[in-house]
Amino acid sequence: MTATVVRKRSALTKGQLPKFAPYIVLAVALIVGAAILALIGFNAFGWGLVSAILFAVGLVSWSGAVEGARKAKDKLATCLVVGSFLIALLPLISVIFTVLVNGIPGLITPGFLGTSMNGVTGAFDNKAVEEGAPVLGGIYHALMGTLQITLLATVISVPVGLLTSIYLVEYGNDRPLARAITFFVDVMTGIPSIVAGLFAAAFFFAIVGPGTKTGAVAAVALSVLMIPVVVRSSEEMLKIVPNELREASYALGVRKWRTITKVVIPTAISGIASGVTLAIARVIGETAPILVTAGFATTINNNVFGGWMASLPTFIYTQILNPTSPSNPEPSDQRAWGAALVLIILVMLLNLGARLIARLFAPKTGR
Amino acid sequence: MSKRIDVKDLNVYYGNFLAVEDVNINIQAKSVTAFIGPSGCGKSTFLRTLNRMHEVLPGARVEGEVLLDGNNFYGPGVDPVTVRTQVGMVFQRPNPFPTMSIRDNVLAGVKLNNKKISKGAADALVEKSLVGANLWNEVKDRLDKPGSGLSGGQQQRLCIARAIAVEPQVILMDEPCSALDPISTLAVEDLINELKDQYTVVIVTHNMQQAARVSDKTAFFNIAGTGKPGKLIEFADTTSIFNNPGQKATEDYVSGRFG
Repeated sequence: MTATVVRKRSALTKGQLPKFAPYIVLAVALIVGAAILALIGFNAFGWGLVSAILFAVGLVSWSGAVEGARKAKDKLATCLVVGSFLIALLPLISVIFTVLVNGIPGLITPGFLGTSMNGVTGAFDNKAVEEGAPVLGGIYHALMGTLQITLLATVISVPVGLLTSIYLVEYGNDRPLARAITFFVDVMTGIPSIVAGLFAAAFFFAIVGPGTKTGAVAAVALSVLMIPVVVRSSEEMLKIVPNELREASYALGVRKWRTITKVVIPTAISGIASGVTLAIARVIGETAPILVTAGFATTINNNVFGGWMASLPTFIYTQILNPTSPSNPEPSDQRAWGAALVLIILVMLLNLGARLIARLFAPKTGR
Repeated sequence: MSKRIDVKDLNVYYGNFLAVEDVNINIQAKSVTAFIGPSGCGKSTFLRTLNRMHEVLPGARVEGEVLLDGNNFYGPGVDPVTVRTQVGMVFQRPNPFPTMSIRDNVLAGVKLNNKKISKGAADALVEKSLVGANLWNEVKDRLDKPGSGLSGGQQQRLCIARAIAVEPQVILMDEPCSALDPISTLAVEDLINELKDQYTVVIVTHNMQQAARVSDKTAFFNIAGTGKPGKLIEFADTTSIFNNPGQKATEDYVSGRFG
């Protein structure tokens, strides 16, 4: 017998591209793309686009030639799916990158998180640009304002939203009132945020007095935006609590309200809590309703019920639109980007918090 | 600690649909009564009327009387919650509370009603109920672990322990073994045999052998056709239902000639 050193190819794997085929096509596409772009003037975006198209065409036609039409269609669909994913991801990465690059100088300026804009005038900014003095002023007042306004909005929205969703799921039974609430909650979801701000402003003008602009008014405006989100997410969470658990509780002679508070809500609490956190993340970046309800302050105001109050979005808005020193806007830009970075970090922390809450409260399994 | 149930001229409706018609039955204290019959014949619906659980569904209502030792469940002013503390129920699918430990599941009937109970009394109640449900030896070392980590058969026995922890007069079981394997089924059936020393047990089952194994009396329900109400056809000692049925329909059903 002669020992054959030729590795036998299985008949079952005939007509397949090797595993590394996509990488070869990618390398070729990148090189050819660079060559084409070199002819018409190179830029990174065009290079990526041309290479992507070349890659898709190359891989699909190679696959069609070797593997047949079905596999070629599969490759085409994969290319489209991955391509769409990259397109969807592009703006997000771009935003995070831009904010990081522009925001970090502001964020690492000493006193940025700890001081307000109180007493910071254009003269200081001119000095910073012309003589290289440190950029003064910070976002402490805006950060405190955002936290207080959002906290108050949450304190208003969560009980209202949660109780509404409990009514809808546990007591509503498709009654006219429940259907009306569902309809109006849907309508409220679509209210433009500036309208919510105008509503809150007009409401407080009417009951407190004209020109009432405080953090509390802003919190009411944000609640108008937040309540429908809380209602919707809690409603979905309560709906997926299995009916069997309610029946098990009733069968033990437990009253309906106790069943809701002790069985239904604890079972759904992780979803409700993460829904609330996401609702907070949704309203923390609102600008327009705060502009018309809380005004803009440059000083620290820790009283939500009196006086104008700054917030991060309105801080960014005023710093960009009305720089502290009109002739030298760079320090204001730097502060605005820094505030934007802080805002994004806050939202990210809230999202992480939502996941953490969901995990902490999730019904425990395991032996 | 157990009471008899007498049902007089009971009609059960879902909205305008008559689901079960004209049931008269006398369930003895400290016995096991099985309800058998084809799917959709109303045995589960009827069982749920015995502790007013069917009212949980929108539009469901009842005409007639259900007497627990002479007291009408459906009398004016009777609170369904009082009824349910006297008549416990075990469901088809095991449904322990996922947020609670094994111990808390057993104590659910006490704790959810905010009754005060000392730790010693609670420990005693947990042990007594789990022993009563033949589960104590399997879980005594992990009472603080979640109930959902148990096997299906253990979960079902946990649900039975939870039901007997509130010390009801009657225990209703709606196909308690249909989601269980034969070994778990055997454990639950053994348990039913022990429970009848203290409780009145009513069990709905699709499994005729199970009815024959566990019950003292058997009620056969049937339905004339789709959209017609279910009826109680025959109610007698289990031996006579299976060996010497009085009705042709019963004989056809228990001998497998139904169709």
